[in-house]
Amino acid sequence: MTVLDQQPDAAGPGRPHPAPPPWHPGAQAPRTDPAPLLPDPAPVRALGTPAASSLDPELLRGLYRRLVAGRRYNQQATTLTKQGRLAVYPASTGQEACEVAAAAVLREDDWLFPSYRDTLAVVSRGVDPLEALTLLRGDAHSGWDPVRWRTAPLSTPLATQLPHAVGLAHAARLRGDDVVALAMVGDGGTSEGDFHEALNFAAVLNAPVVFLVQNNGYAISVPLAKQSAAPSLAHKAVGYGVPGRLVDGNDAAAVHTVLAEAVEHARSGRGPVLVEAVTYRLDPHTNADDAGRYRGDDEVAAWRAHDPVALMERHLRDAGLLDDEAVRQAADAAEELAARMREEFHAEPKLDPMSLFAHVYAEPTPQLREQADQLAAELDAEAVAR
Amino acid sequence: MSSFTMVKALNEALRKELEADPKTLVMGEDVGRLGGVFRVTDGLHKDFGEDRVIDTPLAESGIVGTAIGLALRGYRPVVEIQFDGFVYPAFDQIVSQLAKMHARALGHVKLPVTVRIPYAGGIGAVEHHSESHEAYFAHTAGLKVVTPSNPVDAYWMLRQAVRCDDPVIFLEPKRRYWDKAELDPNAAGAPSRLHDARVAREGRDATLIAYGPMVKVCLDAAAAAEEDGRSLEVVDLRSLSPLDFDTVTASVQRTGRAVVVHEAPVFMGMGAELAARITERCFYALEAPVLRVGGYFAPYPPSRVEETFLPDLDRVLDAVDRSLAF
Ligand SMILES: Cc1ncc(C[n+]2csc(CCOP(=O)(O)OP(=O)(O)O)c2C)c(N)n1
Ligand SMILES: [Mg+2]
Repeated sequence: MTVLDQQPDAAGPGRPHPAPPPWHPGAQAPRTDPAPLLPDPAPVRALGTPAASSLDPELLRGLYRRLVAGRRYNQQATTLTKQGRLAVYPASTGQEACEVAAAAVLREDDWLFPSYRDTLAVVSRGVDPLEALTLLRGDAHSGWDPVRWRTAPLSTPLATQLPHAVGLAHAARLRGDDVVALAMVGDGGTSEGDFHEALNFAAVLNAPVVFLVQNNGYAISVPLAKQSAAPSLAHKAVGYGVPGRLVDGNDAAAVHTVLAEAVEHARSGRGPVLVEAVTYRLDPHTNADDAGRYRGDDEVAAWRAHDPVALMERHLRDAGLLDDEAVRQAADAAEELAARMREEFHAEPKLDPMSLFAHVYAEPTPQLREQADQLAAELDAEAVAR
Repeated sequence: MSSFTMVKALNEALRKELEADPKTLVMGEDVGRLGGVFRVTDGLHKDFGEDRVIDTPLAESGIVGTAIGLALRGYRPVVEIQFDGFVYPAFDQIVSQLAKMHARALGHVKLPVTVRIPYAGGIGAVEHHSESHEAYFAHTAGLKVVTPSNPVDAYWMLRQAVRCDDPVIFLEPKRRYWDKAELDPNAAGAPSRLHDARVAREGRDATLIAYGPMVKVCLDAAAAAEEDGRSLEVVDLRSLSPLDFDTVTASVQRTGRAVVVHEAPVFMGMGAELAARITERCFYALEAPVLRVGGYFAPYPPSRVEETFLPDLDRVLDAVDRSLAF
């Protein structure tokens, strides 16, 4: 049969339309199947479940010690704000499992991109506990060398650190090493444009980056219900072609397991992962916040009963992996840390006002030098007047 | 008459405008239940409901962009940006859309959006909470930029800004939030128009030109100078765009000397425009070049060094001395 032999279709209802061209022209691969990307149906748990028996006891004991020290760190830093020794402290009390696990799953040459609440993750990474508070004390905008610690400065403008993590991870691919970036953000931060741009870039570049969303239920006073209508924050990943995971953020063993899997996924070249850790901020937003304005005591009490430190201790004791002596040792170490914080923060720091100009440009510009001279003259005049 | 802090005055202004026009809306991060981190919107959510006082998702570009859409249907959104340093994600919406939509639409649409921003430093905050970015906005045609220095102006200027049919960037000097003044919120009318400058203190020997947080510093400097037998005039600009050059010119014509004071870095700041204009308009009256006092051309410093950065009485009086020495 030739074209000439074909009868034209008679016009009329039901006449089939030609099929559209392939709706994904130019694509090499078929469109991503969303099913394998979908998050866990419920937050993954480990402690108190059979899954925990397969975990390395030494790992769990290590996490426990870090949790205990982390809790004490949060308390002491909050106290220092009340004494005017720190300008502000956004405590991660109740979220310590996420903070310590995020650091624990990384290799030394991996990078951490913390948000403003994640001082504890920075400390867990090995940065000096006092240096980690430099920004919040008001001495300098950051205390540590990011390259030495493979840890970016705390990011106050929310979600802005996420594209940086993607770029850093992409650089690992370009350089041919297997460095992974782990970036932290809150539930509120997932509303910012930068969050979405970062996920999209990560997926398109297949960058080895892990996004850890700590969903603590609030962005200052705004509850999750007003923040997002997504089935879960982990689902946000799916639209970008990124797998989403959901984990109990107060279960340090579960967070560690899920994050470690995500890091391995990224490291092995399979691309980014987003992990939503469901948790709760037990303290106010910062020392300046009045949480009673937007949440009830009952809610806080319910989460206190699901405390990350207590959960771990209970599990370890039940499994016979922790005795009174080990508990006391962990508490003593935490007390020592707190004592050191008190001691060092009660000393007045010596700050050089000329540091204003120290690092504005790689090479000081003529204008900068002129400014520095002006300030030096001003300081001299003040010294003479005094 | 009763005593109002600037926060309370702003709160009262919003309340009055929400009462006066059902199309007026308040929106932003934490402005509802919490009443804003500075409590400027305290109680409004309770009294006007969540459709008129909207706790938005955490996304500044989304907040301003959505306000533009609401304005297209006749609403009058008053947007709160939580802190100066967090307006930048909305910068595109503000300078490319909010500022230009009226012109692009050949005047067929109005954009009566007010963007309130607590700005500038001096409260011991961490980075990104102390920015003085007025020059970015004032440099953008289509935006009006105003900043009160005291509770009375805060009250009347916010009411006027909300009623203004152009977009207004309303900069609130957060370190003056807790200053108090006597205010009658039910007075028949505003003491001056939104874009009028005001002579805050009369004097003969030199004019200090300031706005927002620096007006108080200049008034203090003038009081101190008086003890040394110097009479300084202080002009509070109130509006940065448009600028009331007539009030400025009249003052400088009288005193022959001008010092512009702002917290933002001197380099490329408002002082540059003022100095140029004063020179153009008052050349023959000037006894000395117009001098500028401001912050340094460096990122706003950590709180423990911010006193070094911020212009204070000494830096202002030193400039006055230099002006008088010409
Ligand atoms: C771009 C930007 N907008 C606003 C703020 C002010 N702000 C600081 S923390 C915060 C809430 C953050 O909520 P979430 O992301 O859930 O983190 P959490 O505080 O719960 O750790 C807001 C609005 C900011 N830091 N950055
Ligand atoms: Mg949160």
